[in-house]
Amino acid sequence: MFNILLLLVSIFYSSAVDASKAYITNEKDNTLSVIDISKRKVVKTVDIGQRPRGITMTKDGKLVLICASDDDRVEVRDAETLKLKYHLPSGPDPELFVLSPDDSVLYIANEDDAMVTVVDMNEKMIIDDIPVGVEPEGMGLVGNGSVLVNTSETTNMAHFIDTETLEIVENVLVDARPRVAMFTPDDKEVWVSSEIGGTVKVIDPNSKEVTYTIGFEIPGVNEESIQPVGVRHTKDGKYTFVALGPANRIAVIDQKSKEVIKYLLVGQRVWQLAFSNDQKTLLSTNGVSNDVSFINVDKLKVEKSVKVGRFPWGVVVSP
Amino acid sequence: MIIKNFLMLCIFFALNFVNQVDSRELSIQQLEERKKADLERAEKRKKRGKKTFSKEITLTTKITFVSMERKTPPVLSNLDPILTDEGFYGVKLAIEDNLTTGRFVGHDYKVSFHQISLNEKLSEEFEKLIDKGHKIFIVDLKEDEILSLKQLKNFDDILIFNVRSKSDSLRNEKCAKNIYHIPPSYSMLSDALTQYLVKKKWTKWFLVTGPDQNDRNYSNALKESAKKFNIKIKQEKVWDFTSDLRRTAGKEVPIFTKGSRYDVLVVADEKGEFGEYLAYRTWDPRPIAGSQGLKPNSWHRTHEQWGATQMQNRFRRESGRWMTEVDYHAWTAVRSIGEAVTRIQKNGVEDIIDYLSGSSFGLGAYKGVKVSYRSWNGQLRQPILLAAPRSMVSVSPQDGYIHPFSELDTLGKDKPESTCKF
Repeated sequence: MFNILLLLVSIFYSSAVDASKAYITNEKDNTLSVIDISKRKVVKTVDIGQRPRGITMTKDGKLVLICASDDDRVEVRDAETLKLKYHLPSGPDPELFVLSPDDSVLYIANEDDAMVTVVDMNEKMIIDDIPVGVEPEGMGLVGNGSVLVNTSETTNMAHFIDTETLEIVENVLVDARPRVAMFTPDDKEVWVSSEIGGTVKVIDPNSKEVTYTIGFEIPGVNEESIQPVGVRHTKDGKYTFVALGPANRIAVIDQKSKEVIKYLLVGQRVWQLAFSNDQKTLLSTNGVSNDVSFINVDKLKVEKSVKVGRFPWGVVVSP
Repeated sequence: MIIKNFLMLCIFFALNFVNQVDSRELSIQQLEERKKADLERAEKRKKRGKKTFSKEITLTTKITFVSMERKTPPVLSNLDPILTDEGFYGVKLAIEDNLTTGRFVGHDYKVSFHQISLNEKLSEEFEKLIDKGHKIFIVDLKEDEILSLKQLKNFDDILIFNVRSKSDSLRNEKCAKNIYHIPPSYSMLSDALTQYLVKKKWTKWFLVTGPDQNDRNYSNALKESAKKFNIKIKQEKVWDFTSDLRRTAGKEVPIFTKGSRYDVLVVADEKGEFGEYLAYRTWDPRPIAGSQGLKPNSWHRTHEQWGATQMQNRFRRESGRWMTEVDYHAWTAVRSIGEAVTRIQKNGVEDIIDYLSGSSFGLGAYKGVKVSYRSWNGQLRQPILLAAPRSMVSVSPQDGYIHPFSELDTLGKDKPESTCKF
């Protein structure tokens, strides 16, 4: 009897702590999957624009923004009903984007176009565009929003952009095909993953010097299939998770010492990552196996995988 | 009236449907729209008076593309246009990519295109270019033409990138330290195909070879691969008919392919004189592979993985047509030079050779893994796409072919087998 009570309490408790949802873009079937994080189940799938990739949300959790790459625009949907509210202009082929801390400005990487487009969220207008390297993708914003780091996949650079003047202030050469730029929670470092180079470079945003190069070695996995993409830092400064693409693993790195602690085996071609709000769970999109893995951050264990649409690409978690 | 409205509605839905079905690939119209949007954006940017980031130029690299005027071959297919600009847009796009990178680091790139006409002599024209100070060449030339360049008086001072010839001898006994080869050699292509056919257990072949030297080279490579992977060539024939097969293939091919039992008809017909007409006409129902049917390629229009969609879009936007293998080779050559110059901040021939043949060079070239050069013969190490005309079938090296250094070196002549000596 007591056991049942305990079970009931725990069910109630777990759903109370995390009622949030994860939104996943499926690149190849033009859909959005919604996962209930506590139930670890897909609760809804809706049709969205063509070739959806980057996805983000406003801080209040009311709007979901999706890069519809082949429609050349950004879709803004109601987070609850998932109905399309309006489109934002984005310039050609939007791939990945980031919202300013106050949600007033959206910075978009136009992959086909070697541009970062800046959109005013209130006016729903393009206010500027910044010519960057070829095939821009990664978009990392410092905590206060003053510096934007964009990576360009073919130019192999991290471009540091002053968000006040909207001009490039410095360019840092990194390894081949940089995909993601992510500031650490203390804003003292920006980590840039290079898919083809197989490394993560840690850059000091003040000096713009590369301070560390993190490499990966997995027994039984050839070097060429280790392709770092998604990067996520825990807020407590303890771990950094790096998705390694076709190596089908996520590397767990000690955020301070930069040592790789562990490799977690997930689905095939893992690219993007997102934490649940309590940071106890990490979700990964596994493009080739068409699923999302759930990782227990305390135990560093993969606990479940949930099937979604074709080629899941981006993931965002509601606040 | 109602009927009319209904019809209009039907047409409306039909049109919409067509639009949706067509969505995977960007149409030329969509690409044109993007181009227009770009120009408008550039115009607006100008009005805002914002400057594009650019460092002061400290290094200028000159690249020269050399091709030969060719006599138009007889039209063998009514489908594909005969291209006279292969390589051009590949170079152009790569130069733009290099310039974008260069803008951030203060490097400039200049390119010139030289087509040697039918009544000019290759060696003389090349000498002229060298005398004018050209040092880095991308050459769209045939095997014997490339070999003739070795006789030039200043050959040792120049750097050459071969973007067309797949000849194995150019990469082996006739190799040179300053000639890099972007196209996969015939032996790389045949190994890539054979690995897949072994995986399918299609290990009994009927081999048909065309009349040209290139066909024989391809065929020899296929035979070597067959030996290496324990394939049985049940029958081997040379196709030397000269007639146009468009009306007669149905009669000729069944008799030609009648005979022993085999799993797959492997064909070496580089020009496409007869290979296209083999499918569905063989005596036994058998698939076709090699230069037609399931074809090993360095690049293909069905390729969309690993960012290739972006490359295909950018290329089509620039040229209005699909990227060919030669275009891809030219792009890769120019990007290799750009990558080397960006990393080493120098552009001397020796400096570039040292970097390209060293272990730190690696280029993202839309193949899922980095491409690099084999230090022992200057061949680009790359995955090979096995494509049917409208679908990507597989990418070699196949799983399970392991190698102590790089699995890509399971394709073609590996270091111990190479007869290249610099």
